[in-house]
Amino acid sequence: MKLYDSVELAAHNLRESVLRNSLTTIGIAVGVASLVAMLSLGIGLQRMASRRLKTSGLFDTVVVTSRRDLRSFNRDQEINGPAPAESPELDESARSKIRNIPGVVEAYPDLRFITELSYADKPHLTMVAGLAYSSKEGDSFEGMQGRFFSSDDAREAIIQKSFAAELLGKPPAHGPDETPVSVLAQPLLGKQIVMRYNERTNSGGGQESAAFSVISRQLPLTIVGVTDLDPDSMRGAARAHLFLPEKLLENIHAMQAYDFRDTTRATSTEPVYGTLIARVSGAGKVDPVEQAVKKLGFNTFSILDATKSLRRFFAILDLFLGIFGSLALTVASIGIINTLVMAILERRREIGIMKAIGASDEDVRGLFFAEAGAMGLLGGILGVVLGWLIGRAIDFGTNIYLSRQGFSPEHIWTVPWSLVLFALVFASLVSLLSGLYPASRAAKLDPVQALRYE
Amino acid sequence: MGSAVIRAVDGVTIRIDSGEFVALLGASGSGKSSLLNLIAGLDSPSSGQVISGGKDLARLSRAELAQYRRHAVGMVFQSFNLIPSMTVIENVELPLRFAEVERSKRNQLATNALTRVGLSGRLTHRPIELSGGEQQRVALARALVNQPSILLADEPTGNLDSHTGTAVMELIRELNVSSGMTVVLVTHEQVIAEKYAARMISLADGKVISDHRNPKTLVRGEA
Repeated sequence: MKLYDSVELAAHNLRESVLRNSLTTIGIAVGVASLVAMLSLGIGLQRMASRRLKTSGLFDTVVVTSRRDLRSFNRDQEINGPAPAESPELDESARSKIRNIPGVVEAYPDLRFITELSYADKPHLTMVAGLAYSSKEGDSFEGMQGRFFSSDDAREAIIQKSFAAELLGKPPAHGPDETPVSVLAQPLLGKQIVMRYNERTNSGGGQESAAFSVISRQLPLTIVGVTDLDPDSMRGAARAHLFLPEKLLENIHAMQAYDFRDTTRATSTEPVYGTLIARVSGAGKVDPVEQAVKKLGFNTFSILDATKSLRRFFAILDLFLGIFGSLALTVASIGIINTLVMAILERRREIGIMKAIGASDEDVRGLFFAEAGAMGLLGGILGVVLGWLIGRAIDFGTNIYLSRQGFSPEHIWTVPWSLVLFALVFASLVSLLSGLYPASRAAKLDPVQALRYE
Repeated sequence: MGSAVIRAVDGVTIRIDSGEFVALLGASGSGKSSLLNLIAGLDSPSSGQVISGGKDLARLSRAELAQYRRHAVGMVFQSFNLIPSMTVIENVELPLRFAEVERSKRNQLATNALTRVGLSGRLTHRPIELSGGEQQRVALARALVNQPSILLADEPTGNLDSHTGTAVMELIRELNVSSGMTVVLVTHEQVIAEKYAARMISLADGKVISDHRNPKTLVRGEA
């Protein structure tokens, strides 16, 4: 019998006992739905986590330091590579070399210092850091009130909300008691804040000597943004709470802590950077760039190593969600076996008739197989739709909860096309596998006995 | 304890020529239906040979037997054995599906077969909507749709009244005469056998007890 005829006859038979076959199909649909729901939850959570990390700018950042300052990020870098005294300095020429490495978008010094800021005639002390203009692209500033810097060297400042609270004299609080950022930003946006800093100027010197002087200065800044998130969180204890355009900070030659160390070694009058940040074009470029920078004789650090364990966690989570989802499908496949075995008992005589008028074992087997496959495919399609609906419903519910808690909405549910395809193929395969036993049992039926059956 | 071996057909040697109309007579349990099943290729003998069209059915594989049933024989049963969920034309088309006949041809062949048994107006009815005689005629159309050379009829009039039974038997005779189809009729009714069959074989306890020409009918070609 041709495949098309098998399918047509199977469809005819499925319509005949429509209630029982529908119930079996719904069983498969529920199984597939639970599988889709579980796996898409896993995928959604994973995407949410990696999106957060990716847009935080941590995934495309390589931190470069000189070995000369005797800091290193791991033992390996201490043991290998040149001795500190022989390694190059992180100066302007090193910066341009790093910028020329393929995959590096920009390389800028990490400028940060603790200084005094006066707002409304009251002094406040905090860490100030430069912020590259390109940081605007990421969503580190999601939920920020106000706006980003108008240009790369504008005399503008973005402040973190905990510092904003301090400026307004509000006690620091966490959790539900925390003041919303919009309330904090209201009185601050557009106001002036004056930063005190020490300018480093080269003062003479020559071939044999280098000298610079330090001049205390003040710089008025306009507060343009108050950020909810902590864009500098990677820095830990050294993270800044007030940000200036990176170019502006470079141009004013603010004195850096490590400048004093340089004076004692005094190799040149050129500025030397403590830390350079290389921004690369994508997470895939981090490793080659790190290797290239290491070849130049510098130490590097990136967050990529830290995320390996995160990815392993999600792989295990997916596996377990998949196993729980498959359990429901296993129950459904037992339903298929049951339905088809019952159908054989009921249609025993019919099978006998078909054999008497010329049906081969393969024809009968194919017919039952087609019925199992049709129920599987139909159940699969229904299940994907059902799973998607469950996902949407939970997404919706979660977002209502999140917005009540004062968080921005998230898509914790993602059903990629590959998962849809996988679910359909998997449901059909499981159904065909379930049809294997009933089909071969029907095929082996003795026609003489089957015809005698009333 | 243990099971006794029952030989439904035991030591039977008969030869049926092409185009013959043979009646297998005997009481219930005499082995006539078992003999018919052997000829139909539905059953295999535990020993011996069943040679049809030059092939020993006992040596054929299950697939080859299915092919034999598909093309060489047509069967009619006492209880009609139509598939109740299918319409008349779908029932008649079913053997053509197994024979992988083209869809367009199938409809034509099935309609022709139903016209031949006088049921061209009942194509889309379900078997349950038809009378017993009509159902048996549908079964007959199904049996001859693949143009087999042998028609095997197992008590075809057993569930019919004498009037419709006669009509069905007339149709079978017509097929035998006009198409030269070999007919093997299983019946326990002496009257029917005497009226239609040219040769009568009587069985009892699985053995042939008599095999003779029917003096009441003229064998084709002897007229």
